[in-house]
Amino acid sequence: MGAKLSHLPPESRVSLVDLGFMDARFKLTEVAAFLDRVQRHGQDDDFRVERLKGALALLQSGQSGRARAVLEHFSDPTTEPIERAPIQGALGAWPGPPAARQG
Amino acid sequence: MLRYIEPHAHMVSRTTDDYEKLALAGCAAVCEPAFWAGFDRSSAQGFYDYFRQITEYEPRRAARFGIRHYCWLCINPKEAEDPGLARDVIALIPEFLQRNNVLGIGEIGLNKNSRNELRILEEHIQLAVEHDQLILVHTPHLEDKMKGTRLILDALKNHSSIDPGRVIIDHVEEHTIRMVMDEGFWAGMTLYPESKCSPHRAIDMLEVHGCERIWMNSACDWGVSDPLAVPRTMLEMRRRGYDDGWIRKVTLENPARFMGQSPRFKLDGLD
Ligand SMILES: [Zn+2]
Repeated sequence: MGAKLSHLPPESRVSLVDLGFMDARFKLTEVAAFLDRVQRHGQDDDFRVERLKGALALLQSGQSGRARAVLEHFSDPTTEPIERAPIQGALGAWPGPPAARQG
Repeated sequence: MLRYIEPHAHMVSRTTDDYEKLALAGCAAVCEPAFWAGFDRSSAQGFYDYFRQITEYEPRRAARFGIRHYCWLCINPKEAEDPGLARDVIALIPEFLQRNNVLGIGEIGLNKNSRNELRILEEHIQLAVEHDQLILVHTPHLEDKMKGTRLILDALKNHSSIDPGRVIIDHVEEHTIRMVMDEGFWAGMTLYPESKCSPHRAIDMLEVHGCERIWMNSACDWGVSDPLAVPRTMLEMRRRGYDDGWIRKVTLENPARFMGQSPRFKLDGLD
C-alpha cells in the first residue's frame, strides 16, 4: 500500500515565502493591533495579554521549535489532576496556580 | 480526484448538504467518534438514542452519497465529571459494540484534567481491553492539552494490555506530537479554525515528525468548523510540492491502516 516515503520534504522546490509571507504579515499586524486595542481600553493587565506578550519574545529565538515553545508558554505546566473541573471550556492561557489568581 | 478518509467528524451536527460536499471532494469514508453535543445530556437515555443515531441513522444518510460511515462509542470527557451518569452510559456500550459500523471506544480522554475525568478514562480503557477494541483519544483544549496528554499517556501505559499501535491520540499539536509518537501511539492532527492546527502547521508537522502513524481530520462538529478541512489541506500539500503518493499516504492509506485493524472497517477499491 503506497510508496515508501521518508519524512523529508519533497524534492520540488516551492517558494514557501511566496506561499506564506502575506499571511504571516497579516497575522502579525493583527497581533500588533490587538495589543494597541487592549492597551487603549485599559485591558492590557489581563493575564492572557501578559502571556501573549511573553510569547512574542520567543519568536526572536534563532532556533527552530518556535511554535512548540509558544504553545508550551500558554500551557498549564503542573502534572497532578485537579480535584474538580470548574468550567468545561478553556481560556487559551494558563492563569497560574489558584493562589496566584487572587491578587 | 484523490479519494480520502475523514477520520474524525461529528456528522450528527452537520447538514445533509455537508455529506454531499464531502462526496464531491472525494471522501470515501467518514468516522464519527461519540462526543459532546454542545450541551449536557440529562440522562443515560439521551446517550442511548445518540448511539442509535450514529449506528443506525448516520450510516444511512452517508450511504445516499456513496460514503461509508463508521463510529466510535463512549461518554466524552466533558460529561465525565459526573461519575454516576458516566458509568450508566458505559454500561450501555457493550450492546452496541456488535453493530457493524462500530470501530472501537472513543473519543475518550480528558477535558479539564480532573480526577473524575481520569477515573472515567481508566474505566473506558478497561472496557476497550475487555472487548478487544481500538481506542480513539481526545486530548484537552488549549492550555490544558500538554498536561492532559501526559496524563492520558500515563493512564494508557499503566495498563499492561494496551498496544500503542491500536490507540490513536487525536488533536496533537507541536508541543504534544513528539511525546505521543515516541511512545508508539498513532497521532491525529485536527484542522480546526482558531484552535488546534491549520493546514500549513499540519504539513509542517509531517515534515518534521514523519508521516508514519499519523492522520489528519476536520473534527467538524456543532461549532465553527470546516467539513472540507482535509481536502483543503490536500490542496495546500499540492501547492507545497507534495505529489499524490504523499497525499494519498496521509489522507487515505494511514487512516485505512489504523482503522483496518478493526475487522468491521472495509473500503472498496483500496489495495
Ligand atoms: Zn471530536
